Amino acid sequence: MMEELHVLLKNRDVIDPTSAQAYVDAGGYQGLRRALSLSPKEIIEEVRRSGLRGRGGAGFPTYRKMEFTSQAEDPVRYIVCNADEGEPGTNKDRILLSTDPCAVFEGMAIAARSVDAHVGFIYLRAEYSYLMPILEAALKSSKELGYIGKDILGSGFDFEIKFRSGAGAYVCGEETALFESIEGKRGEPRFRPPFPSIRGLFGKPTMLNNVETLANLPHILKNGAEWYRSIGTENSPGTKLFTVCGNVNRRGIFEFPMGINLKELIYDVCGGVPDGRQLLAVQTGGTSGAIINADQIDMTLDIDSVSASGGRLGCGTILVIDDSNCVVDIVLNNLDFFREESCGKCTPCREGGTQLYNLVRRISEGHGTVQDLENIESLAWTLRTTSLCGLGHSTAVPVLTSIQNFRDAYLRHIDKDFCPVCAQEGGHRK
Amino acid sequence: MIHLTIDHQPVCVEEGTTILEAARKANISIPTLCYHEDQQVKAVCRICVVEVEGMAQLPTACSTPAAEGMVVHTASPKVLKARKNILSLIFARHPQNCLACQKSGQCELQKVAQDVGIYKPATFDLELRATPDDNSSPSVRRNHQKCILCMRCVDVCEKIQGLHVMDKENRGFHSIVTTPYGKKLVDTNCVNCGQCIQACPTGALTIQDDRENIYHEMEKGKVLVVQVAPSVRVNLAEALGEAPGTVSTGRLVTALKRLGFRYVFDSDFSADLTIMEEGTELLRRLKGEGPLPMITSCCPAWVKYCETYAPDYTKHLSTAKSPQQMFGALIKTCFAEKEKVDPESICSVSIMPCTAKKFECKRPELADSGYQDVDYALTVQELARLIQTAGICFADLPDTPFDDPFGLGSGAGLIFGATGGVMEAALRTVHTVVTGRPMEKLEYLPVRGFEGIKSAEVDLDGTVVKVAVAHGLKNAKLLLDEIKAGKSEYHFIEIMACPGGCIGGGGNAPRTWKKVEARKKAIYEAEKELPVRQSHENPAIKWIYDNYLGEPNSHLAHKLLHTTYRNRQDLLR
Repeated sequence: MMEELHVLLKNRDVIDPTSAQAYVDAGGYQGLRRALSLSPKEIIEEVRRSGLRGRGGAGFPTYRKMEFTSQAEDPVRYIVCNADEGEPGTNKDRILLSTDPCAVFEGMAIAARSVDAHVGFIYLRAEYSYLMPILEAALKSSKELGYIGKDILGSGFDFEIKFRSGAGAYVCGEETALFESIEGKRGEPRFRPPFPSIRGLFGKPTMLNNVETLANLPHILKNGAEWYRSIGTENSPGTKLFTVCGNVNRRGIFEFPMGINLKELIYDVCGGVPDGRQLLAVQTGGTSGAIINADQIDMTLDIDSVSASGGRLGCGTILVIDDSNCVVDIVLNNLDFFREESCGKCTPCREGGTQLYNLVRRISEGHGTVQDLENIESLAWTLRTTSLCGLGHSTAVPVLTSIQNFRDAYLRHIDKDFCPVCAQEGGHRK
Repeated sequence: MIHLTIDHQPVCVEEGTTILEAARKANISIPTLCYHEDQQVKAVCRICVVEVEGMAQLPTACSTPAAEGMVVHTASPKVLKARKNILSLIFARHPQNCLACQKSGQCELQKVAQDVGIYKPATFDLELRATPDDNSSPSVRRNHQKCILCMRCVDVCEKIQGLHVMDKENRGFHSIVTTPYGKKLVDTNCVNCGQCIQACPTGALTIQDDRENIYHEMEKGKVLVVQVAPSVRVNLAEALGEAPGTVSTGRLVTALKRLGFRYVFDSDFSADLTIMEEGTELLRRLKGEGPLPMITSCCPAWVKYCETYAPDYTKHLSTAKSPQQMFGALIKTCFAEKEKVDPESICSVSIMPCTAKKFECKRPELADSGYQDVDYALTVQELARLIQTAGICFADLPDTPFDDPFGLGSGAGLIFGATGGVMEAALRTVHTVVTGRPMEKLEYLPVRGFEGIKSAEVDLDGTVVKVAVAHGLKNAKLLLDEIKAGKSEYHFIEIMACPGGCIGGGGNAPRTWKKVEARKKAIYEAEKELPVRQSHENPAIKWIYDNYLGEPNSHLAHKLLHTTYRNRQDLLR
């Protein structure tokens, strides 16, 4: 069986998460110590050579964000840690924040040093508010030891961390909607350009990163880019936290180097599908990810390979679906989520999400036609290409990929053939 | 300079230009809905999407800056497919019966649908919002079903008027633009200015239509007496399809006569009357009789704003009624007596650039003639529709002069239509009254133009009068805050709620600053031509004081031409 490689999770259940001293004893804050001895340019260069890419979804090279933000004209800059982990079935950020919060603080401080920011915000998902006591205790402890706050380790560099929380909207995980939410406004995304690295939070240059991305920075600074590159694949170095959920024997958070095989992850690590069922489909990257069929799972899990399948690695969520489910039903469920979570700002997502849901529901209920299927594809394409933000873009992904990979399932419903999940009685949804 | 290719044409634009602006420069019109040239870019309707080579998404032309070497296709099959789908989505939430809509023919959504080529009912499930219409306001009608959430009304109400009466509520598919707690508009801090109607691209916000009432009054055999506001003559032709800034004074009177209005009077006359009353009041206040600064009270939206937000400071408002209400009081008294018409049988109508005038004429205290002084205030838009309905070819009408005795107005009265006009008119008369000679140059430029707050100092032979002019309630609030803080250094302040003054009013054809600029130019040009340019020199004014009112601020003048204000602070609760 494949062995997990714990880099980010190495302190999990080993140290007291609220104690900065325990973190330091386990080798923590050494990355920050080194970063303070380097110039911002040198930090960015180190991150560039490490090849670190964003772990929140898009896989954007982290050093580029640092570069853009550090080159912005406005001298007031912000660091934002996106801890609004809203993707259904994803828990990796929660684990990081609850078991090793100091690593996130350290990552933020390093990021701040690289772009010369002095204030950082952690935007914590509203449902994670119960983590606040741990986070606040860890921050207090880190401040007492002088790793966060004024004149860090006598270097003259100041960095404050503040906590903010929204009201539980999925869209606030989108970077610009997150800014609006922190600013106290309705959580709606902004159009781009201008990009956050030029005009972000409070109109200032802002570097926003996912919790996991920031947690990688201390290790890169401490162990060096070469060490980091030795893990994972050429284009996606480092380790990745995978949340495996759904119909598997062993569910949970696993840390593996980038580029492990999905099939091995499901069958070797997680013990395959329980109760003698067969694997039907896998959705990678959470609700907004591609739905692929059982024949396609022999693929490597790194950012580029998953993108090639029409979806994206995203936050590293693997939803395993067995044959007691129906793909059309799964897609309907996805769409129900997206139509509820659309903020209502742009037309395609606001109206299109619900119309897509209506069309797929009609098919699942046995009232659909082939024309409906064409309309679904056309509408989903429109959402994918014209929506204002990632929410609208990703609404289309499960729809389009499932039609591509499970066309027969849709046609079966259109032909009013028996579907044990969607239509147990006479072609109608239960 | 940036070089790009739009629809196979090379285009050269300045840095910071959006694709939309660049395309317009190349005579390519990209359809838009949420875009308004006077407002911030919103990029929410997504109708202006274009294809840019090398981009996976279709970016919106309104928000995407043109970049060097960009290759743009504004009407490729891909773009058209996306646009049709987006429009179909909008129409799946929009009533399909365009004929039954007040905005039909002037609706931007209808125009875009025609341009893009939507000739079929919506492809998707039709689901109209169930939120009921709101007809509570005397000025603005709201129809939630027609709203496309472009946020243009919210933008103007918040950023120009500083009122923020409406905003988005709920999320996703259930989003609506509405008032706090879904209150009726009449129960909110709305001041009826109608700028939201100006901004609305569809029939979601429309003028409260009084045309049917006019027909009813005609059927009842009432004597229709109409007064025409100063700015109407530069706005009406535009509302009927002519170029912005076309002056149509004579044609306007002819059209009103043909529509069946027995007497057609000019509100320039009552504007002059306002100057006489307000100017006299100012001189008295300058002598210590009453608080300073004195603020104009011609604008009913501003008056309501002051009553709502600063009820303790309404003492600063001039007690003089607005020109519309002065005229209304005289029509059912002086005019009725002179012409021996029973005031009961008079239907007094005003043609206004303004939706708030509808609210003003219904104020119960404005009935000093013994009857409601003005029965109906019609907007320019409604008059344009009346003219169309009656089949009058407005473009070819001959000129007719206004009727006596109230048909003569001065240039000072005419410029009431533009921001700064009341101030300029007042200064002309006050200068003459105080110094005994007219201003050296009647055009007083410091108070002209579209700057948010204009201020000036006028030397009246030793007495220095400090004046300020604000338009747009957000600017007005700044002056009001100074007064509240006791720091206002002004003696006389003119405030108009609508940006640009009445020529930018909510009852006109949809505005842009460019159009308002043309209207402003027209009104000042027309003023230059008039034989009488100072209010006190107007023979009709002299006549009415000699024969009816006595003198400015006389007892009768106070009864008919002055009013009181109330506290509307409850609206903010």
